[in-house]
Parts: sequence; structure tokens; C-alpha cells
Amino acid sequence: MSEKLNIEVPTMAEMIARGEEPEILFWVGCAGSYDERAQKTTRDICKILHHVGIKYAVLGTEESCTGDPAKRAGNEFLFQMQAMTNIEVLNGYNIKKIVTGCPHCFNTIKNEYPGLGGNYDIIHHTQLIQELINDGKLKAEGGESFKGKKITYHDPCYLGRGNGIYEAPRKALEVLDAQLVEMKRCKSNGLCCGAGGAQMFKEPEKGNKDINIERIEEALETNPSIIAAGCPFCMTMLSDGVKMKDQNQNVQVLDIAEITVRANGL
Amino acid sequence: MISQILFIAITLAAIALFSFNLKKVIRNIRIGKAADRTDQPQKRLMTMIRVALGQSKMVVRPIPAALHFVVYIGFVIINIEVLEIMIDGMFGTHRVFNGLGGLYNFLIGSFEILALGVWVGCAIFLIRRNILKLKRLNSPELKGWPKSDANYILITEILLMTAFLLMNAADAKLQALGAHHYITAGAFPVSQFLQNLLPGSESSLIAIERGCWWFHIIGILAFLNYLPYSKHFHILFAFPNTYFSNLEPKGEFTNMQSVTNEVKAMLDPSFTPPEAEAGRFGAKDVNDLSWVNLMNAYTCTECGRCTAVCPANITGKLLSPRKIMMDTRDRMEEVGKNIDKTGTGFEDGKSLIDDYITREELWACTSCNACVEACPINIDPLAIITDLRRYAVMEESQAPASINAMLGNIENNGAPWKYSPADRLNWAKES
Repeated sequence: MSEKLNIEVPTMAEMIARGEEPEILFWVGCAGSYDERAQKTTRDICKILHHVGIKYAVLGTEESCTGDPAKRAGNEFLFQMQAMTNIEVLNGYNIKKIVTGCPHCFNTIKNEYPGLGGNYDIIHHTQLIQELINDGKLKAEGGESFKGKKITYHDPCYLGRGNGIYEAPRKALEVLDAQLVEMKRCKSNGLCCGAGGAQMFKEPEKGNKDINIERIEEALETNPSIIAAGCPFCMTMLSDGVKMKDQNQNVQVLDIAEITVRANGL
Repeated sequence: MISQILFIAITLAAIALFSFNLKKVIRNIRIGKAADRTDQPQKRLMTMIRVALGQSKMVVRPIPAALHFVVYIGFVIINIEVLEIMIDGMFGTHRVFNGLGGLYNFLIGSFEILALGVWVGCAIFLIRRNILKLKRLNSPELKGWPKSDANYILITEILLMTAFLLMNAADAKLQALGAHHYITAGAFPVSQFLQNLLPGSESSLIAIERGCWWFHIIGILAFLNYLPYSKHFHILFAFPNTYFSNLEPKGEFTNMQSVTNEVKAMLDPSFTPPEAEAGRFGAKDVNDLSWVNLMNAYTCTECGRCTAVCPANITGKLLSPRKIMMDTRDRMEEVGKNIDKTGTGFEDGKSLIDDYITREELWACTSCNACVEACPINIDPLAIITDLRRYAVMEESQAPASINAMLGNIENNGAPWKYSPADRLNWAKES
């Protein structure tokens, strides 16, 4: 699963020690840090940043959970403890601009941290990729060809409905010369993967089926070779769904960052 | 003269009764906590114009949107007719606006066409509910009163429109007969087809015309007074509800100021939190919710578009966002009645959580905001779910065991999983 990352990932502490400042902080998030599948997306985001020459850093061991799952589960105390501690670290390093691979971290830092004293210009990695494509710094060249491949994109709730970001991830796919298909429920009408609101960390309540199965059935109806994701939680739920449907030989679940890295041969 | 006095008396009584009940509803909404929704007045006004007046969110489902639009336009436009009825009723005139000449004919003609549209629209709505039994309109939470409520509304509208058209048919016939008082005015593109059904004698025609006239206006006044008991309240509340709707990104949950003070005090010993009332964390009952949540509940039309898109509901789980809103309204009504009886009235041993909304419903929510997106009048069931969860977690420490484990991990390791913070950068080193 994991492949070697041949580039040095600078931490904030190291950068400060060298008397340097990054253009952008890469907020990795818990899933991106620990989940084996999401780690791959994390490394790919680094590859993209490195490739286009953006000076970036990560917090490394100084990063902590944004508090998103605590807040959605109703534990405002724990959320604010996490938020204020993180804000202290971020402000301590005088961070202005942040990119993250997790829509949950993105939403929390973007919308809920300002009320607690944390004001940052934060973007999701798909927005960064869109910007880089628009600026001509990223092209779908020099790597794997996606020509004619059928790709369907699953909107993460906290990126789409939560913050109205529908076009950026699609832009990253449009440059591919692939065949893009939309699921019946997409964009503002998209169906949750089943992991949000702290569901990731508990068994679902009883019902007829799990939400990710419902979603994957809908995705498979488009007969895709790739299901594109933009969130580590969606990634887990969709991948599990594909496995459960015994389709993992035919269908890949890939993050937009992974697709971008492949298309550019990074 | 007697009929004028009677008319004025009935109208005043209806308006008085409605004001009395409306005041009670507003009092019930004020049970809720304060929330500031007065910022960005221009954006709020535009939201109201777009969503409530312009029905912009209805179009997602084109068939009911088209039918609803006809009924809505019919309702709005026909108020011009109601104005004429009011003036005629009070001053004993007949078709007082006929001085408008050709425009009057045009108006009456278009009212007739709209009345037919409303009639047909309501008939189709009845068929969808009772014969086609659409899944969205036959969920378990609609059993009993909500189902009857919907049918009463539709049947009443059909009766009102029928009376309006019959009244016009009789009037037109009287006009043709040259009956005294029945001046020649109006065009009757729809009711002309009803004329053959009516008797020929002048006295019977007058009885029918007057009967329908009274039925129509008393029906409207009765309907007005039915609103506070019904989901049909949305015809009024849709406007303030959209004006005061949440303008922040849907993913943003409120930061609780009371918690901020405590957390600041914990992290910084020099910080002295401002004196605060001993409040509750989250919501156990309706008085812990905000007035916006409560207004939302009175505004809910029980259309179920929220429930139809809820991933938990779609996959057979107990959660239905529509039921969350209906439960909130039911509990508020119950509390309101208690207050009417006892003056204060919360101590009935019940609460919104458990007595109305179960834990299983609460914990099934993925906070995906599909319900909020789907609501044609910007109701936010998720805000209520979140506040109830806050109560369960912060006041009672009653979360599912796995949620508690996750919270423990965040507290101890800074991640929802049980990994060491020291391993956080391993992804960069592993091969």
C-alpha cells in the first residue's frame, strides 16, 4: 500500500529553527497521519506541494485533533480544549495560510476556529489543486493516462453541502481526458458516506443496510473504473463498500490528490 | 343592514381569536433561548424573497413544485377578491371593484382560472397522499392527526374554491336575468360551465349566491383560525423563518460561549470568566433550544423532503428529521398548555429528549446537512439534534460506549484513535 516518500517533509519547528517561514502549513489531520490508506493521500499531497515548489511545513507531533468528532458528538468542552490548544500552536508559529486533506479539519478550522481566536486562510487540497491547474503549474501530463476511464466523484458532506465546494475537485478531474459521470445524488444533493457526525467511531444504529453500502450501490450504478474521493473518511467508507460488493478488482477508490499525482507522474 | 353587522361581528371575532392564538404561539417561541439573527438585514431580506416568496428551493421536486406554485399564486392573488368581499360585506355593496371596468373582468376571469388551478392542484395532492400513497407522505410519524390535518387543509381549499366558482356562476346567471343589486360585472371563463347545474329561479339563485358568498368568507376566516393548530401555519411563518434563517456555512456549528469561558479559565488561570447564569449545556427540553429552533418547528409543513434525503432514514434507521421538528412542536404545544394552566408549567416530568425524541434517533445522525439543504423554507433539524447530543454528552455523560472511547482518545492522545502522538509523523518516514 504505502510507497516510499523520497522527499524530506519539513516540520514547522525545523523551519523556525532555520529561521525560515513556510508559504503554507499542511494540516495533515488524524486520519491523514495514522490511517494507512489516508497516509498515502497525505504523501501525495506532499508530492504535489514539492513538485510545484511551494514552501510548506507540517506541524508533525505538535498537531492534534481539531476536535471535529468531539464537536459533532456533542462534546463542546473537549472540542474547545482541542481548538484553543491548536490555535495557540498555530498562532505561536504565526500561521496565516493552511492547506488540509481532510474536509472535517477544513470545516472546523475555517468556520469554528475564528470564533475562538483562530483566523486562518484555509483551503482544501482539491482547491489547491484547482488553483495550480488554473495557474498552469499542474497539468495532467507525464504520468498515467486516464483517457476514456469512467470516473465518478463522491462529494464529501463537509466540503460540499457544508461549505459549498463542488467545482474544485471536479476541475481536477476535468483535465484528465477521462469520462466523468455523476451519480444520481451528487453535489448539494449528494449522499453521505455514513462516517460524518462522529459515526466513523461507532457502530451504525440498526436499519436495513449501512449507509456506505447504499452509497456504493449508487456509485457502482454508474459503472465506474474509479470512484474519486476527497476525504479520508469517505475513502474508508467507499473502499469498504467496494470490498463488500466484491468489486475491488474492477473499481478503484482514489483520492483526488492520488489521481493528480498519477496523472502527473510524480 | 343586519347582514353587515353580522359580517363585521364575525370578522372582528375571527381576527380577535386569531390574534389571541398567535400571541400564544409567539409566547411559546419565546420560551426558547436568545439567538441573534439580526445581522446582514439585506442578505436576510433577499433570502426571504428568494426562498419564501420566490419558492426557489421547491423546484428540486418539479411536480409538487408546480402544483404548489399554482395553489400559492392562487392563494396570494385571490386575496384581492377577499378584499372586495370584505368591502362588500361591510358596506352592503356588490362587486364594488366593478368600476375598474375591463380590468375587473380580467381580474375575475383570472381568479376563476386560478381557482380551478387550486382545485385541481389540491385534488392531485389528495390523490398523491391517499391513493398513490407516496412514501414521503405516508411515513410512520404522519399517522393520526398529521395525516388528517393535511387532508382537512386540502379538502377545505377545494370547498372554498368550489364555493367561489358556484357563487360566480349564480351571480352571472342573476346578472343575465337583470336581478336587482346584481350589476353586470365580471368575466366567468370557468364558472360559466357550472351555470347549467343551477336552478333557473331568481330566489334560488340568490340563495345560492349568498350562501356561497357567506361560506367562502366564513370559510376563509375559519381557515385563518385553523392555522395555529396546523402545519398550514407555514403560509405565514415561511416568511419570518426564511428571514431569520442561518446565513453561515452549513458545516459551521455554533461555538458555545458558556463553554468558552470555562475552557479559557482552565487553560489560563489569570482569566476570570464573566458572571454567567447557571445554564444547561445543550438541550434537554424545548426551553433549552433557541427561539429559532422553535420557530422552525412551527413553520414545518411536514412535507418530508428532509426525511426523504436523510441517509439514516434512507437506510432504515429510526431517525427522521421531519419527526424531530414535529416532536419539537408537539412538546412546545404541551408546554404551552401547561403554562396556560399553571402559569409556569415545565414541571410535568417530561422532556423533549427521551419522551419525544429517543437516543437511537439522535445517534443515527451523520450531521451531513442533507435535511437542511432539502428544506424548502430553511428549517434546520440538525441544530436541534446537535443540542440534544450536547445535553446527552455534557450533562449526562450518556454517549454510546464507542463514542466515549473516541472522546477519551482525543483527550489523551489528541486523536480519535488510540495512537501515540509521537507516531504522528510516521507517514513521512515509513517506506
